[in-house]
Amino acid sequence: MNENLTALIPELALVGAAVIGLLTGSWLPRRRQWIVAALAAVACATGLVATAVTMATGREQTVFSAAFAVDTATDFGRLIVLAALLLIIGMSVETVRGHKRETEYWVLLLLTGAGTLALLGANDLLMLFAAYLLASIPAYALAGFTKDARGTEAALKYYLMGALLGTAMLAGIALLYGVGHGTHYSELNAGLPAASYGLVAIGLVGVLAGLLFKVGAVPVHFWVPDVTDGAPTPVAAYVTTLPKIGGLIAGYRLLHQALPNSDVNWPLLLGILAAVTMTLGNLAAFFQTSVKRLLAYSTISQVGYLLMALAVATYSDFAQKSLLFYLAAYAATNLGAFAVVTELPAARALADYRGLARSHPGLAGVLVVCLLGLVGTPPTGVFVGKLEIFSAAIDGGYTWLAAFAVANTVASLFYYLRWLAPLFTTADEVPVNGHTVLGRWSAVTAYTAAALSLALGIAGEAALTLTTGPLLP
Amino acid sequence: MLTVVTFLPLLVCAVLLLLPRSLPDRVLVWTWIATAAADLALVVALWVGFDPDGGMQYQQRVRWIPSAGVGYHVGVDGLSLPLVALTCLLFLAVAVHSLRERRRVRSYVCLFLFLQTVSVGLFVALDLILFFVFFDLSIVGMFFVIAGWGHGERARAAALKFFLYTFIGSLALLLGFIGLYLAADPHTFDIVDLTHSNPLAGRGLYASLVLLAIGVGLAVKTPTVPFHTWLPPAHTDAPATGSAILAGVLLKMGTYGFVRIAMPLLPGSWRHYALVIVIVGAVSVVYGALVALAQTDFKRMIAYTSVNHMGYIILAVGAAGTLAGSDAQARSLAVTGAVTQMVSHGLITGALFLLAGVLHDRGRTYTMDAYSGLAAHTPRFAAVTAVAAFASLGIPGFSGFIAEFQIFAGSLASQAIATAIAVTGILITAALFLTALRRMFLGTPRLPETISAGGVGDLRGTEALSTVSLLAVALVIGVAPRWLLDVIEPASRTLTGLVAR
Repeated sequence: MNENLTALIPELALVGAAVIGLLTGSWLPRRRQWIVAALAAVACATGLVATAVTMATGREQTVFSAAFAVDTATDFGRLIVLAALLLIIGMSVETVRGHKRETEYWVLLLLTGAGTLALLGANDLLMLFAAYLLASIPAYALAGFTKDARGTEAALKYYLMGALLGTAMLAGIALLYGVGHGTHYSELNAGLPAASYGLVAIGLVGVLAGLLFKVGAVPVHFWVPDVTDGAPTPVAAYVTTLPKIGGLIAGYRLLHQALPNSDVNWPLLLGILAAVTMTLGNLAAFFQTSVKRLLAYSTISQVGYLLMALAVATYSDFAQKSLLFYLAAYAATNLGAFAVVTELPAARALADYRGLARSHPGLAGVLVVCLLGLVGTPPTGVFVGKLEIFSAAIDGGYTWLAAFAVANTVASLFYYLRWLAPLFTTADEVPVNGHTVLGRWSAVTAYTAAALSLALGIAGEAALTLTTGPLLP
Repeated sequence: MLTVVTFLPLLVCAVLLLLPRSLPDRVLVWTWIATAAADLALVVALWVGFDPDGGMQYQQRVRWIPSAGVGYHVGVDGLSLPLVALTCLLFLAVAVHSLRERRRVRSYVCLFLFLQTVSVGLFVALDLILFFVFFDLSIVGMFFVIAGWGHGERARAAALKFFLYTFIGSLALLLGFIGLYLAADPHTFDIVDLTHSNPLAGRGLYASLVLLAIGVGLAVKTPTVPFHTWLPPAHTDAPATGSAILAGVLLKMGTYGFVRIAMPLLPGSWRHYALVIVIVGAVSVVYGALVALAQTDFKRMIAYTSVNHMGYIILAVGAAGTLAGSDAQARSLAVTGAVTQMVSHGLITGALFLLAGVLHDRGRTYTMDAYSGLAAHTPRFAAVTAVAAFASLGIPGFSGFIAEFQIFAGSLASQAIATAIAVTGILITAALFLTALRRMFLGTPRLPETISAGGVGDLRGTEALSTVSLLAVALVIGVAPRWLLDVIEPASRTLTGLVAR
């Protein structure tokens, strides 16, 4: 049995940093708690280096009774998650600096990050559920970090939904275990085709329910706008980005490895979920006036596009490539937009962004890149992602879904433009103090994210070549 | 070389953004003029070295995103070189015309430099995704021009409509491109490779759907009836320079897409649906002309004549796909006419929109009834506008005549009825331009109340230079067209050969 711990350096680095950070943080004076943040950043960097080494030396393997796979999808997912965590750390600095629970913030962030990493490689239903819990529970606490009314409501909603759907997931796992005679994906792959259709279908729906909750897809998306609005902005950036990476890659692995030969028509189910998710997200975003709620609904619609890749997971060779690349591009672009929102804490409504192009041309530039990027305008990364994901859908026989996604993309343009247009107004009624900036860290994060988003579009080849490779059983 | 021509304006734009803010506006505009002139000089050099019978030239091919089948591939042939030249000329004219611009000049200049890169890039692109990138960015750039420098709040709504409408078109186009990409083996977006392999030959419904997606995408941009409704508000509320670029260059992206992508890449389906395309073209011609006739707003009227003029092009490319009853020479003539019409429309309508801008600058309104007897106050303006109007209605001696004559001669044999219907478009255009000229320039002098009778200024030096030079080129093409036709004709023959295979 392979118990090679060096294969798990990124996960161990985050958990280790969390434990050490918690201990040192307890003894550090409040003004020196930034040391824990530095520790967290070092842990992420370590993880990135370890992943790069794994990829460069071809050390793909499965560890611990093949319950955890370290393969292309895991490695690429780790790169996205760790880079995204670094960006989130960057934009959090000013928000939590000098806070009396600063250490706890960093520790919770590290733990939920570790849970997300664990989701990526989960090759066994029990591993999947453990990762689900590790990724979720610290995030509930983060959502209520400010302990104000809105934050508490957000945390409670997030927790209740998570607990409910976690139970559904556990029930689904129990069912699949019962009919498939195993929890490992390769055992399920062998056992499920012979099992009763109805039970497999119900079990799968249960497991998917948990994952759909993580990624914030319809019909379990209700927490997304409330948490995004109520939590501190960097946490909102976190919950709308990282769980999606973990949940979607975990879902892709589950469908691709455990259910390729099943009779259950899950591609159609996911195709419909994708269509409904993108449409509902877009429709709800149309007339939002709060930027955070608008972004929240925009992230729901983005999940709709991403679910297209899951629908054709076994039908198209483009599925994995498109999913991984789109996730990377989405993470950079979405975090860029959230970093701008973090940087301008006083601007909560769309109208507060009037005249930003004049007062802060740099931030306005980031918003133009990121919002048009979310639409999928070239030459940003999401454009290449959309190109690949549409190709995957058409190649997999889901042309109607691609056409649907195109219609939705056009619709989404409307609300992104509702945000962009006020930036360039020259009217005198620029809100007083609306454009006070938080500090340098958030701004630098915003620029970095926008640059990454553009780089993924212009030099996307470098990332795309890393996305092809088999999933390990 | 083509890469330099394409990205020179963008480079200058980046440099301008880095320069200190204290730079006077005039320096910025003069930098723009110098850049546009340099770009035009480069294109002239390209033209001199161009061998009309040499097919695709100045090609450059670099791996860009090979994993996605996307490459950076540029080149020009007889279909694209005239349009590249037109683009550079028109941007130079607009730059000269903008010397008096006072509102946020730095952003304005940068936006137009960006648009020039995008426009030239589109015409030289030989990769579907590269083409799409520029196609989409042209929409983004024009959105900001209309929203930022258009006429007030209405402009913002018009810009939004323009963006949404043409964005639908561009995404339909993207779906069609993906359809082509997936059909090709190996998967590629390269236009030259796809032309060569003709991946959708004999693919029936699939090929029809791809043509539908690409056709709709390009038809929205062109625009043809029934996808033209974004055009009048966008033009009416855009600044004059924006309108000139929108009509002169951006509309050509749609028609150019037909001759560069739809026809050579989907020859079978193109022939199969040629009649539909011809009908759309003929309807656009007549409908555009009739609606233009009913307008009371000068700029809106010109906008609708664009629908009419683009209709001729669609008629011609449709006729070029009709094999029955025509020979290769006639079809080639139709394509040559279509490309000539693209150039001609760019020059003449570009000038007309700049003139409409002058009118608005003086009287603050486009309503034709507000003016009367303008010729008495502004003889030069009246003269130049009259010349442009006559050129636009296709009077012999100007490029429009050459283009439309070739289109009709090339289409008549195979599509006699549609051509006959389209010819009436000329008649209506003549009527509407003459009526407009009579209403505004002749009769008793009367001006809008916003200006005093003594205060109306005639055409200024820069305004005259920009418009007259465009019309002069149209005149040269009309009198001695061989230098242009010699470049277009071999490419047209190649294209008709590709469609007929």
